[in-house]
Amino acid sequence: MADKVKTAFLLAGGCAGCEMSVVDLSEVLVDALESLEIVFWAPTVADVKYKDLEEMPDKSIDLAFVDGMIRNSENLHTVQVLRQKSKILVAFGACATLGGIAALGDLYTKEELFDQAYKTSFSTDNPDGIYPTPDYMLDGKYHLTIPAFLDNCSTIDQVVDVEYYVGGCPPHPSFVGKLVGAILAGDLPPAGSWLTCGKAVCDICKRNPAITGQERLPVGEIKRTIDGQPDFEKCLLQQGYMCFGPVTQGDCGASCLNVNIPCRGCGGPIPGIKDFGARCVSTLASSMADDATAVQFIEKYNDMAKMFYRYSHTASNLNHTIAERKEK
Amino acid sequence: MSYDPNIVGFACQWCTYAGADLAGNLRATYPPSIKLIKVPCSGRVEPEYVMEAFAKGADGVMIGGCHFGDCHYKTGNHKTSQRMTILSKMLEDMGFDSKRFRVEWISGAEGYRFAEVIEEFTKELQELGPSPLKGGNGHGR
Repeated sequence: MADKVKTAFLLAGGCAGCEMSVVDLSEVLVDALESLEIVFWAPTVADVKYKDLEEMPDKSIDLAFVDGMIRNSENLHTVQVLRQKSKILVAFGACATLGGIAALGDLYTKEELFDQAYKTSFSTDNPDGIYPTPDYMLDGKYHLTIPAFLDNCSTIDQVVDVEYYVGGCPPHPSFVGKLVGAILAGDLPPAGSWLTCGKAVCDICKRNPAITGQERLPVGEIKRTIDGQPDFEKCLLQQGYMCFGPVTQGDCGASCLNVNIPCRGCGGPIPGIKDFGARCVSTLASSMADDATAVQFIEKYNDMAKMFYRYSHTASNLNHTIAERKEK
Repeated sequence: MSYDPNIVGFACQWCTYAGADLAGNLRATYPPSIKLIKVPCSGRVEPEYVMEAFAKGADGVMIGGCHFGDCHYKTGNHKTSQRMTILSKMLEDMGFDSKRFRVEWISGAEGYRFAEVIEEFTKELQELGPSPLKGGNGHGR
C-alpha cells in the first residue's frame, strides 16, 4: 500500500463507548495502525483541536467515523465540518445511526428535560431555578459561551450525507476488527449501506429453536427480566421474555443472549426494515398466543415507545414530525 | 371546524373489501373520505404501513378484517388484533392520538355496517381536526 489511509474519529453527542470499542481492538488496532494514519481523534484520544480540523483541506481525510448523535450546536457544527473534510463518512454505533438512548429525550419537550435535569430531580438543589444558558457575561467583561442544546436529537444522516452505517451500542470489538480489515482491503458495499453480516441476532444465537429442529410455539405468559431467572439454554422469546433478536442485526455475536439478557435492538434493523419499532411490534405480537397476552405485555412493560424505540427513536418515521408539533 | 378527513383504509380482500363492494351495490351512502387499499389479509398490514401513512399526513388509518373465526387464513386477523393493540398503545406513548387509528371487523355481508363505520370514523376525525403531522388534504401546514 502506497499511502496510509488518513482516518478521523469524532465524538458527537455520544458517551465515547464506541471509541472504547475501537480501543478494545488492542493488537488488531496496533497492526492496523501500520496502514492507518490517525489525523483527527477528538475530543477523546488524540491531541487535536477542532480548529485543526477546520484548517484541513477539503476531502483530505479518507475515512471518518462519527459516534454519537447530534444533540447540541457543537455536535452539529463539527459533524458538518468533518463531512466537508472527508471522502467517506461512517456513522458509527447506535446513536450516530438511529439516535441511541439519549434520543428518547425527544419524547419530552426541551423544557421538561431542563426541569428534570436542573430543578426537580431528587438530588438537585437549585432554589433560584438557574438554568445553563449558551451565553454568559462574567464580571461584566468575560463573554463565555457553551454549545446550545438543540430542540431535538438528530442522527448523523439527518444532517449530512453518510456513506456507511455501523450499528451496535457499542459495535462489538470483534466486528469492528473485521470491519477495519474489510475497509483496508477495499472490500466495501455501495455507499449508503449498513456494514453488517446481514444476519439477525437469532441467526447467530445458540438458543434458536430452529437449530435443534424445535417448533416455535405461541407464548401465553409474558415475563419481565426481573421475573425469575431465564433458562440458559432455551430461547428467551419462548420463555416469555421479550427479545428483539428476530429483527436486529447480529454483528454482536448475540452477546446479550450469551449472558441471559434479552436483545433490545442496539445493532440496528436487519436489511429491509424501514422502521425498527414498528417491525418489532409486528414480530413480537405475532409470537404471542392471543389478545390477552398482548394486553398483559402492555401492562407489564408500560411504555411501548420507550420499549420498542430504545435505540432507534430518532430514526422512527413519526418522531420528527411529532417533535415539531410539540414545539408549537 | 369542518374539513374532509383523509383516511387510509387497508381492507382484507375476503371480508372488508367485499363489504365495501356490497355497500356500493346497496347504494349505501358514506362520506368519500376513505381511500381503500386491498390487501390479501388484514394480517398482511405491517405496523410500518400505518406509521408511514400517519407520517405522510393521513388524518386517520383504518384496518378492516374478517370477524374472528372467519379468517380465510385461519389466524391472520388474530395476529392483526395483537399487533394493532400494541401499535395503538405505542402511538399513544409517542404522543400521537390513537383515536385516529381503528381496527374494524367487517364481513362481506355487512355493506351497511361498512358505510356506518366510515361515517362514524369521519365524524370523529372531523371533531379531532386535521392530523397534526401534515394536515391531510392540504389543510393545516
